[in-house]
Amino acid sequence: MILLRGPLLLAQLLVQSAFLALGQIRTHKTRAALTTVGIVIGVASVSTVIAVLTGFKEHVLSQFEAFGTNKLYVVPDRPDKGPLRRAPWHIIRFTPEQFDDIKRHCPSVEQVTRVGFMNRTIHFRDRSVENVRVLAIDPAWHRIENRHVELGRPFSVIDEDQARPVCLLTPKARDKLRLDRDCIGQEILLGSRLFRIVGIVEPHLESAMFGQGESDVEACIPFMTAWKMGQPWMLVIATSKSTELSQEARAEIRFFLRRVRNLKPGDPDTFRVEVLEKYLSQFKQIAMVITIVASGIVGISLLAGGVGIMNIMLVSVSERTREIGLRKAVGARPSAVLLQFLVEAVVLCLLGGLAGLMVAHGFTSLINQIIKAGIPDAEHYHAYIPAWAVVLSFGFAAGVGIVFGMFPALKAARLDPIEALRHE
Amino acid sequence: MLIRLKDVTKVYRMGVERIHALDGLTLDVTQNEYVAVMGPSGSGKSTLMNVIGCLDRPTSGSYELGGRPTTDMGAAALARVRNERIGFVFQSYELLPRFNALKNVELPLIYSKTAWWARRRLCHQVLERVGLSDRVKHRPNQLSGGEKQRVAIARALINNPAILLADEPTGNLDSRTSQEILGLFDQLHQEGQTIVIVTHEASVAVHARRVIRMRDGRVYSDLPIEEDPISQMQTAPEPPAPGGQGTEGPRRSQSRAQEEKSS
Repeated sequence: MILLRGPLLLAQLLVQSAFLALGQIRTHKTRAALTTVGIVIGVASVSTVIAVLTGFKEHVLSQFEAFGTNKLYVVPDRPDKGPLRRAPWHIIRFTPEQFDDIKRHCPSVEQVTRVGFMNRTIHFRDRSVENVRVLAIDPAWHRIENRHVELGRPFSVIDEDQARPVCLLTPKARDKLRLDRDCIGQEILLGSRLFRIVGIVEPHLESAMFGQGESDVEACIPFMTAWKMGQPWMLVIATSKSTELSQEARAEIRFFLRRVRNLKPGDPDTFRVEVLEKYLSQFKQIAMVITIVASGIVGISLLAGGVGIMNIMLVSVSERTREIGLRKAVGARPSAVLLQFLVEAVVLCLLGGLAGLMVAHGFTSLINQIIKAGIPDAEHYHAYIPAWAVVLSFGFAAGVGIVFGMFPALKAARLDPIEALRHE
Repeated sequence: MLIRLKDVTKVYRMGVERIHALDGLTLDVTQNEYVAVMGPSGSGKSTLMNVIGCLDRPTSGSYELGGRPTTDMGAAALARVRNERIGFVFQSYELLPRFNALKNVELPLIYSKTAWWARRRLCHQVLERVGLSDRVKHRPNQLSGGEKQRVAIARALINNPAILLADEPTGNLDSRTSQEILGLFDQLHQEGQTIVIVTHEASVAVHARRVIRMRDGRVYSDLPIEEDPISQMQTAPEPPAPGGQGTEGPRRSQSRAQEEKSS
């Protein structure tokens, strides 16, 4: 109880000072409003910048996530130096059997698919669609790319083993060929070969950042079927067991491939393993730097606001010199007077911060509307002021109040009560 | 002994000049005394008041309040003494215009250890004591001069001070209201309150039981009221008579004459 008494009295004094400050501000509404303009502008601009950046960051992150942050791309790559720098392409490029054992040797890898790319014209009866992207895929592709079969069935082991002429179409491709909704079992010409449709595969994910320009008119065929048709250019997409493991998976794949491709120690890689996670962390870093720099620049305007606060607090102190004298005469300790004026400055700043946040909220919703109306592909963009920015704004406003209120408050606390009571 | 001042000096520097506002003053005041401090302006009575009220520290000498030396106290400790042991009444009331009577009376409690739930009751009690229970919610600009001074007295009494210090408490009041306020002081004295009142008006001083006259920072006369010259002119303090202008007249001119003579 005795231990609690000190903090309780302090809390009581704080609350009283806050009420006193609110009363003081109420009697000088215009003055308080004009004084806090600097703080309002500062907090409003910081919060708006942070809100827009947060919206942008989350937009990009969601795109990354839709794309899969644990993905690894393995592509053939001719080295810049070493004896292989002039190697012909057929030595550099991948062959399907190189990846047969990859899962056994790379424990951090969860899924692997080989992907081949071809362009063919599709014919169905008298109708045709030119330049259709044909993807040669392994069964794991559906899970890696998150594009599942919506109708019919995926490729079976038999399709794969026997390199059967079966295919999956995207809904767009089906519609372009004016096939029935349920077109499974129909046969189409893919290039010069007849393929039977076994299912409809989900289209490519809508994404503003990745896969732009990729057509939704696509066909998929079993990888071995494609390989036997004409050895298309191929790459390998793998996923690590988790995003954290992607660097490990990368190292494992590299080690595995060097051995499979008989590279001697010191030879440069003849392939690249690209990890999306790397770009993600780079992006996060850039976003953070932008946030810090923007907050810092705009924070300067808060300092300008702080000078206004200091000015008005000095006016307040000199106006209320007699009151300070009286308070001291009836027993206000210097610290209590200090606290009273400091609390007044802080309350003023916090009110400014609150107003600034409301202005920022208005701006943010305006920006959201403009972006939604003006930029396509941005339906999911949503700028908002994150909770930490609200806390930061109030913290900064309070800090400005304390720093710039300190000098006037000290002046008040140091007033000689006799002099103060004689003040006119 | 409640107040014990010993060889107290107070020196102010005005540029190169040194002004001895108090010059080796020694004074004792016991519990439940009613002391009037008189003297011309510049005699050091305000400085004495500030020293007794712990608003100011003497340059040298010692001051004990209730047996405790105050000379070495810091600003915070002195503030606490003012809060708990001293009640000030000023000539110009010094009420906060934005606060009503109750809030003004409450002011010292804010800086004391009184819990907030006990404050209201204390304020009402003390306002009743000064006869203002029907003016609790009024602001200073809605109160007459006498009422304002009553609020100020209530504020001074709120912490049950050891000493009530009044500096020209009737200086801004007309004679009838002055007598009412002085009547209140008499009543408080009868209830056991120690009062030190600074005045240059004989009509005020006659209410006291002891008159201290100052000149040049020193006490030059310290007598019970019966032996002081003012009681020769006016044997007993008069209650405010209806139409008391007549009796007031000579006393006022007397005090003014005294002032002119000494300055």
